[in-house]
Amino acid sequence: MLADKDRIFTNVYGYQPWNLAAAQARGDWDNTKDILAKGPDAIVEEIKASGLRGRGGAGFPTGMKWSFMPKEPPMDHNGNPKPSFLVINGDESEPGSCKDREILRHDPHKLIEGALVAGFAMRARAAYIYVRGEFIREAETLSAAVAEAYEAGLIGKNAAGSGYDFDVFVHRGAGAYICGEETAMIESLEGKKGQPRLKPPFPAGAGLYGCPTTVNNVESIAVAPTIMRRGASWFSSFGRENNKGTKLFQISGHVEKPCVVEEAMSIPFRELIEKHCGGISGGWDNLLAVIPGGSSVPLVPAEQIMDAPMDFDGLKEVGSGLGTAGVIVMDKSTDVVRAISRISHFYMHESCGQCTPCREGTGWMWRVMERLRTGDADVEEIDMLHEVTKQVEGHTICALGDAAAWPIQGLIRHFRPELERRIAEHAATMKEAAE
Amino acid sequence: MPKLTVDGIEVEVPAGATVLQACEAAGKEIPRFCYHERLSIAGNCRMCLVEVKPGPPKPQASCALPAADNQEIRTDSEMVKKAREGVMEFLLINHPLDCPICDQGGECDLQDQSLAYGRGGSRYARENKRAVTEKYMGPLIKTVMTRCIHCTRCVRFSEEVAGVDEIGALYRGENMQITTYLERAAQHELSANVIDLCPVGALTSRPYAFEARPWELKKTLSIDVSDAVGSNIRVDSRGREVLRVLPRINDDVNEEWISDKTRYQIDGLTSRRLDQVWIRKRGKFQPASWDEAFKAIAKVKAGKKVAAVAGDMLDCETMFAAKALLGAMGSKLIESRQTGMDYDVSSLPAVNFNSTFAGIETADAVLIIGSHLRSEAPLVNVRLSKAVKRGAKIFVVGPEWETTYPATFLGSDVSVLANLPAEVEQAMSGAKRPAIILGGGGFAAGAHGASLALADKWNLVRDLEDGGTWNGYNALHFSAARMGALMLGFVQKGGIADLVKAKPALLFALGADEVDFTQFPDALKVYIGHHGDKGAHAADIILPAAAYTEKAGTYVNTEGRVQFADKAVFAPGDAREDWTILRALADALGVSVDFDNFAELQAAMVAAVPALGEEGLADYGADLPKGELKASGEISYPIKDFYLTNPIARASVTMQRCSAELLHGEDLAEAAE
Amino acid sequence: MAERHLEPDTPELRERWGNWSFNPAWKAKADEAISHYPAGRQKSAVMALLDYAQRQVGEETGTQGWLPIPVMEYVAGYLDMPIIRVVEVATFYTMYNLVPVGKFHVQVCGTTPCMLRGSDDILAACYKRGMRKGHTTEDGMWTLTEVECMGNCATAPMVQINDGNYEDLNTERLDAVLDALVAGETPKEGTQEPGRHTSEPSGGPTTLKEMVTENHDYRGEW
Ligand SMILES: Cc1cc2nc3c(=O)[nH]c(=O)nc-3n(C[C@H](O)[C@H](O)[C@H](O)COP(=O)(O)O)c2cc1C
Ligand code: SF4
Ligand code: FES
Repeated sequence: MLADKDRIFTNVYGYQPWNLAAAQARGDWDNTKDILAKGPDAIVEEIKASGLRGRGGAGFPTGMKWSFMPKEPPMDHNGNPKPSFLVINGDESEPGSCKDREILRHDPHKLIEGALVAGFAMRARAAYIYVRGEFIREAETLSAAVAEAYEAGLIGKNAAGSGYDFDVFVHRGAGAYICGEETAMIESLEGKKGQPRLKPPFPAGAGLYGCPTTVNNVESIAVAPTIMRRGASWFSSFGRENNKGTKLFQISGHVEKPCVVEEAMSIPFRELIEKHCGGISGGWDNLLAVIPGGSSVPLVPAEQIMDAPMDFDGLKEVGSGLGTAGVIVMDKSTDVVRAISRISHFYMHESCGQCTPCREGTGWMWRVMERLRTGDADVEEIDMLHEVTKQVEGHTICALGDAAAWPIQGLIRHFRPELERRIAEHAATMKEAAE
Repeated sequence: MPKLTVDGIEVEVPAGATVLQACEAAGKEIPRFCYHERLSIAGNCRMCLVEVKPGPPKPQASCALPAADNQEIRTDSEMVKKAREGVMEFLLINHPLDCPICDQGGECDLQDQSLAYGRGGSRYARENKRAVTEKYMGPLIKTVMTRCIHCTRCVRFSEEVAGVDEIGALYRGENMQITTYLERAAQHELSANVIDLCPVGALTSRPYAFEARPWELKKTLSIDVSDAVGSNIRVDSRGREVLRVLPRINDDVNEEWISDKTRYQIDGLTSRRLDQVWIRKRGKFQPASWDEAFKAIAKVKAGKKVAAVAGDMLDCETMFAAKALLGAMGSKLIESRQTGMDYDVSSLPAVNFNSTFAGIETADAVLIIGSHLRSEAPLVNVRLSKAVKRGAKIFVVGPEWETTYPATFLGSDVSVLANLPAEVEQAMSGAKRPAIILGGGGFAAGAHGASLALADKWNLVRDLEDGGTWNGYNALHFSAARMGALMLGFVQKGGIADLVKAKPALLFALGADEVDFTQFPDALKVYIGHHGDKGAHAADIILPAAAYTEKAGTYVNTEGRVQFADKAVFAPGDAREDWTILRALADALGVSVDFDNFAELQAAMVAAVPALGEEGLADYGADLPKGELKASGEISYPIKDFYLTNPIARASVTMQRCSAELLHGEDLAEAAE
Repeated sequence: MAERHLEPDTPELRERWGNWSFNPAWKAKADEAISHYPAGRQKSAVMALLDYAQRQVGEETGTQGWLPIPVMEYVAGYLDMPIIRVVEVATFYTMYNLVPVGKFHVQVCGTTPCMLRGSDDILAACYKRGMRKGHTTEDGMWTLTEVECMGNCATAPMVQINDGNYEDLNTERLDAVLDALVAGETPKEGTQEPGRHTSEPSGGPTTLKEMVTENHDYRGEW
């Protein structure tokens, strides 16, 4: 088990105040000026060396992402240099994910300091922290913390005495999961509907207001100052090759004690549950399946997940993914078809409506799922549904289409007999009723 | 210039081209709904998917993907076929099966593409289709929103081309709905273009609803006469009736758009028509024969004391024939500026739109003097908004109007031209491609000389760094006949006043409805035209003639662009083509003109003015005369009602309705039809 | 999740809201929000301004607030934006109420993690009190909405009522919260499980135990 001294988010449960004084007493904002004095390139190199991969779901190497930002600002059409922006993704709307919330409300200064370090490293003039609208208290706390940091001269003009000017602004969402997608987030920041943009151009070339922009998850940014303080090798001493560092996990569903906890990457599923969650409700024999990375990844049946290492590669090997490390546990009392159908409903509700396969496909998939739930379907419709998911997957503007398709594919892959059983049962009752 | 292969065919495309364009260059048809050459790329319909190597193992939207060197594109692979079938299927699951009662039938992209790329049957049979409530969009656009496939072409058009954000996509996901704000009528001069843009039958033509199927129609290539832009149009007719007007693509003129008046004034072609000869007897009009009318005209024995005024929608041939007739009678009393304008016409470049429409898009600073561009030439306004998007600054002298781009109004008296704010001076003298647009309001307020003085001061005619030349001096006329008339010399130095002074005994009003006829108390007034409008009411004798769709003819737009129009239908009743009336009058008046048929007339005209024989821009040179900067006069715009500017439009129920509802706020909206 | 639609534009609506404007307090916040974006990008503040407008309307009506059409027009004017673009935003994001709501907007999360831990019971308890999804009760007290994942999965099931989250619910705990609200009290927000602080495993944290009692600085152990 990860030692407490190696945990980054020491106030993750909010037993202690979030405010600046308390945060500083825990080690935040400790000579940030020295970190910046290393220069942007050294910071990027350190983050690269740490092996940090994005914590927002896709796992893209964070240092490499920062290095895509231009060193010399591009010019606008009047010949003036364009500013660069850091956008911090606190939209956290993926079902099963509730980790960034803990950072926002209990350890906001880690994020603000991270914003300065990351923003400086990518030569940005400001950071916008986009917080999902429903995180009302969280946004209040974060805004108050930002105000404290301005007051203390840690951000703003000559941030933390570094000679670098850097602003941090909080932007609240208003209820749209799609705004977690990075280009939809940029549209939303510009005051529009959150509809994902076509790529290319990529945000690092033309993002917010057409300027170079990097979008990173809250956790990816908040861990940066600690990595800089403790060094890349410390961070990379946790987890397997290619899956380094510590990670906030959230475990929900059928465990004895659902919780959020920071652990070393690659911790085996069983250990995670045993150590922190008091085991599976009704014991390990009662485990049915697990969605290991937030609702967007396929479920994994009990026997395959039990000893899987909880990291990007380990979960890929069992046909799923680490995603946001939002672990949804389902025991044998679960109506697994309904569980997935409810996720399908989520994607239908959250589709931005822009592109055809997602707009039309998410509704279609949910409606068929609902019939499969009650068994009011033909066996052939299972294959048809599978084919429809394939018609959505990979055909959309953003990855919401894929996210809507995968959970269903996982269900069909692992629970086809259950689907067939329901259909047969339904047909039998219908027949009985007719007789 | 990236080089790539499409289904094994090697193509080279210009830098910045998309994969879709590369596929077209290779002769491969790519199905699409949302993509449109003249709108921004949305990439939302996902119909144009192709396989691209190198790249991720999934199909890519070709409309949005830049073509790059060494790409291997496949448009014929199994992956692509499947992708298209899939998208088609999604588009159809909520699309109603109402093709038999849909006006888009026969020219529907969805219908065509589902045949070509669909999978034949629906697997969505067990679910209900989504129903979307109708959205009122005004008197021109009929909506059946259940058919909408959310391509957002209409939204992009109104924002990007019309410059009026009035259509939006509300709600989200499968509940997304296209609508105008609070379902108010679309409120700009180009609104009906969305009907052409809509790939399905969601937005169709309200006036044309259920009139005809496309295959029943005769299609005639023609030129619009509702303003001086000379929009290229296609006139669709059945029998004697013109059923609709559609734009033809001409990048130099109207691109792919036409104004709502161009499109919809045509129902005016069948009402208030003059279809027989009338003679006023004891104050009242009586039907008469051509012979009686000709005799009555001859009886005046006008001799040389004959004058002719040409109206705004005349073709060059009619004006030439009139000029020939009067010439044979010994008169030169001809004028086409009906309302009395008398600006100097001795130099054609000084009264022409020299930058051309396409050229004005590249201007970087523009001073508009006395033009309400949106109503006088909506399509030139579109060009100007493109210039603004590229960074151009716009200044306007004249009363304020609602521009579709940022513009600075400098006051409405032309005296300001001699005393422009430093900001304007700076912008104009610092510009690489400065331009002036002088409109009818400016001409009328006496700003012609001042505008020429400014042209001189700012060097509007210049050689450019890139080796090209630039002439930024532009007159923007409103009358479709104007440039033709000026080329034919259908003008007097002193304008109509010269005619008045000459006290003619006989006055021909050729489709002229804006003349103040009380200036000619002693003349026998003969109206030759097609509508019972102002000119006819003031006349003593009415000779029924042909409207623009009923005769072939030559028109010259305000850029000096010569264009030919064909005849689509026959004029109604006893009405005859104008030139034949003038030819018959020559006989009746005992003079001779040297043409007996249309070909001879045209040949004579071209012999007199060779430039009229060649389609395209006439070359007037670039020598601008000097002008006097000092001028004064309050500008007012000639057009008070965009929808009712000519006798055809005034007779059009559709235009009347637009005027009432859109300009005068009358609430004619039917709640639900 | 109710079908969303705009409140019809009637003379009564215009009469009631036609002259609406920000009061000084919300105006100050609005101007502050606008100042967060570069000059000329004031449109970026539209989400904030719609939220503030809704909140002011809420204060004026004694409810959570909503967005009458004239209020959206006011916001459009304030930001110099085409009104249709404002309505696009207001209809896209679910937190903007397009029709009047009750004093308390009870938003029950029904997505899978909450469902697995009993959100059905929570909804049933709401129904039992006369609430109906997508409706406001006759007395104007409750509006019920089933919402998608609220990011409280480790303390599921949960509801958000106006600005407060109530987590780790069961029927009794929900009833206690609702009763308190009716009584004009301010029930404690967050987890309703006795002894649980926030999202640590219930019964006490398995990690960072020092933090429970003191603001421990772990740097000495590095
Ligand atoms: C539909 C959709 C929703 C997403 N939601 C979130 C989110 O809530 N939070 C987040 O950090 N990333 C989310 N992402 C991923 C972001 O697009 C982006 O990859 C991420 O913020 C990058 O940060 P990282 O590199 O630090 O992981 C989402 C992606 C998609 C396609
Ligand atoms: S109305 Fe027509 S053009 Fe507009 S989005 Fe719908 S289908 Fe496309
Ligand atoms: S929402 Fe992303 S593709 Fe539709």
